[in-house]
Amino acid sequence: MLAVAAVPGSVFPQRSADPNGVTAYFDGNPQLAPILDAVQLFDVYTSAWFSAIYILLFISLIGCVLPRTAVHFKALRSAPVDTPRSLSRMPAHLEIKASAKTRESVIEASAALLKRQGYRIQIQPGLDDTPASVSAERGYLRETGNLVFHLSLIGVLIAVGFGGGLSYSGQRVLVEGESFVNNLAGFDSFSPGTFFTEDKLVPFSVSLDKFEVDFDLQNQSNIGTPLDFRAFVTSQVVGETAPRTAVIRVNEPLELPGSKLYLTGNGYAPQLTIRDPEGNITYQGATPFLPQSAKYTSLGVIKVPDAKQQFGLIAFFYPTVAELETGALTSLYPAPYDPLLTMNVYVGDLGIDGGAPKNVYALDTSSMKQVAGGKSGVKGLKLQVGQTVKLPGELGTVTFDGLKRFASLDVSYNPGGLWVLVFSLLALAGVTTSLLVPRRRVWVKLADEGFELAALARGDDPTLEKVLGDLARELKPKSIKKESKA
Amino acid sequence: MTSIALNPELAGISRLFIQAAMLVYTAAFLSFAFHLSKLASTKKAVRSSASKLERAGIVLLAIAAVIHGAGVVLRGISASRVPWANMYEFSITGSFVVVSIFLLALAIKDIRLIATFVAGFNLLILGTADTVFWVNVKSLMPALQSYWLVIHVLVAVLATAFFNIGAALAIAYIFKTAKWVEKSKLKMVATFRRILALFPNEDKMERLSYRFNIIGFILWSFTLIAGAIWAERAWHRYWGWDTKEVWTFIIWTIYAGYLHANATRGWSGKRSAWLAIVGFVAILFNFTVVNLFFKGLHVYSGLK
Repeated sequence: MLAVAAVPGSVFPQRSADPNGVTAYFDGNPQLAPILDAVQLFDVYTSAWFSAIYILLFISLIGCVLPRTAVHFKALRSAPVDTPRSLSRMPAHLEIKASAKTRESVIEASAALLKRQGYRIQIQPGLDDTPASVSAERGYLRETGNLVFHLSLIGVLIAVGFGGGLSYSGQRVLVEGESFVNNLAGFDSFSPGTFFTEDKLVPFSVSLDKFEVDFDLQNQSNIGTPLDFRAFVTSQVVGETAPRTAVIRVNEPLELPGSKLYLTGNGYAPQLTIRDPEGNITYQGATPFLPQSAKYTSLGVIKVPDAKQQFGLIAFFYPTVAELETGALTSLYPAPYDPLLTMNVYVGDLGIDGGAPKNVYALDTSSMKQVAGGKSGVKGLKLQVGQTVKLPGELGTVTFDGLKRFASLDVSYNPGGLWVLVFSLLALAGVTTSLLVPRRRVWVKLADEGFELAALARGDDPTLEKVLGDLARELKPKSIKKESKA
Repeated sequence: MTSIALNPELAGISRLFIQAAMLVYTAAFLSFAFHLSKLASTKKAVRSSASKLERAGIVLLAIAAVIHGAGVVLRGISASRVPWANMYEFSITGSFVVVSIFLLALAIKDIRLIATFVAGFNLLILGTADTVFWVNVKSLMPALQSYWLVIHVLVAVLATAFFNIGAALAIAYIFKTAKWVEKSKLKMVATFRRILALFPNEDKMERLSYRFNIIGFILWSFTLIAGAIWAERAWHRYWGWDTKEVWTFIIWTIYAGYLHANATRGWSGKRSAWLAIVGFVAILFNFTVVNLFFKGLHVYSGLK
């Protein structure tokens, strides 16, 4: 049931994993989306109905495992069951003829033998109080493993719950040369767990000194594929004297006190200076552009609120530019061999004076007028590194000063992770034991003209008959006549 | 500066090996199929001449496996890494593991009767891989550059191979116990019934299928854990309900259900065999549809 319940989460985009997909779904299906949202299909794994299913499942799990643990605990301390009267009904059964001499010793010999093989044994008297049969059982570990497995699953769930509650993760985009401080104001976005408090953040600062990317230029079929990303960072924990330098790679996060620092993305940040007609600087800095393709064609937004007339730029950056037959531009290669910046200009209210938070990567052009590029009648701007071009109207000039790279970093802390791992490994060990250790009962009983052997397995046991055969051979090396009834 | 040497010519040679292996698999498949149809014959003379065909089939299957293995190794050398980083490579490596496990198991247990299925299945997988999934050698994206690629994916391949054989036995079991097969008067079904009569009895098949599936389940659990450890390093969280993670979990619960079914009276037999088949269908779905059409982080097909 949990399996079926998890399916919709892979069909519909999920807010936690793919927020843009959810937005796109709302745009594409304006009627259907709110209905789906009402039944939480965009948040399946945190939805009330999904939680209800797994909480019920785990309650029943606890309700089943605890009594079984008690039963098993009792079984562990009690002797094997009495030998049944008729052994020939068992799934594996042998009758062996033996001399009176062998008969005398066979019970003790088999008891010793079975004990050596790890069985728990009990010698049982017959009618005349002399030892008449051995009852043996092994494989208690099978049930132990099974219980460990189920208890560990409960452990995993608890660790996931508490770990998630205590966890936090914060994201920050850093351009080369910039630094950030590990506090709530230092992050671009932050997602805390339920029990998070700000004093959990260990005060440290991290600066991005340099960011390097290697793209493949050598192999024809692989041109432009990224081979390695390296973020060179300097971290300084408050209270420690010397700053530390380190390299963060995709699979190599940086361990900091109380958290880990991961590299999650990268791109270009063109450095621009915008001046008004008098030459006063109205905007200056390196702005991160979001990569739109594998060849790093990137999209950036620049907002200039402090000019006489507010305006904004929507810009495309091509690291190695090429023109398609249609006249559209594209990027051929992700490294900046022939970088070009193109811009469309919009004038009007940027919408940021109202105080409401706005996405820095998007420009709301609904109350703005396009004055360059598109259908405005004025060509869009094109700049190479070092060039300065005039903006339309009285907006001034823009200069493409240089190119930097940025890295997206993620500071994450989840104390549950280690416990989830410990419990999952325990669960794995438990399930392996419970599936592979055979549990069986074996009986050896005196018969009129020899002795009888029988075995019964609980669960799957491929070797039941072989076990009896081996046992018979050990007890009576020259057992000539074997009569098997299976 | 990181650089990597890829060898597309060698990858081309590897592809030739895979195609050659497909030819031999075809021959093996035909031998096994003819063998079965002969065994099902009502004439005694025809039946007694069948075992030669079977022996020829097994020899052919072994030859195909060797050529197939060479193709897999060459693919790895041409990419200078393990040959299981995209759908094409996963398919050729996975089907090689299937045939290897089958041949090894053959030495221990007599499971010759699903040889037709194994040869046919591998032919199908390689055919799909060569025509649909083929991509030239590529380097690994940085997120995949980890020793966990070796552990996580290799164990996933192994688990899939065990589930595959388990499912094959479950399918045979379903046919064998099906009422319509037993009662139908159609001539074709009657022939089919005689083929099924050659298979081991129902209990034996059920137990064999169960054994392959429990090993698959243990390996699958390990895949899940190893994947979470890797995700914690590469994607900064151990579990994020990524589509592939979701489906891996779904498959795990289906097989957990299968194990419970086998331990529950009244649910073993046909119902659990169906669960084993459903589980394997989910694996195929996870590998094909989820890889190609769903959005997520595990999109490594290399296809556009």
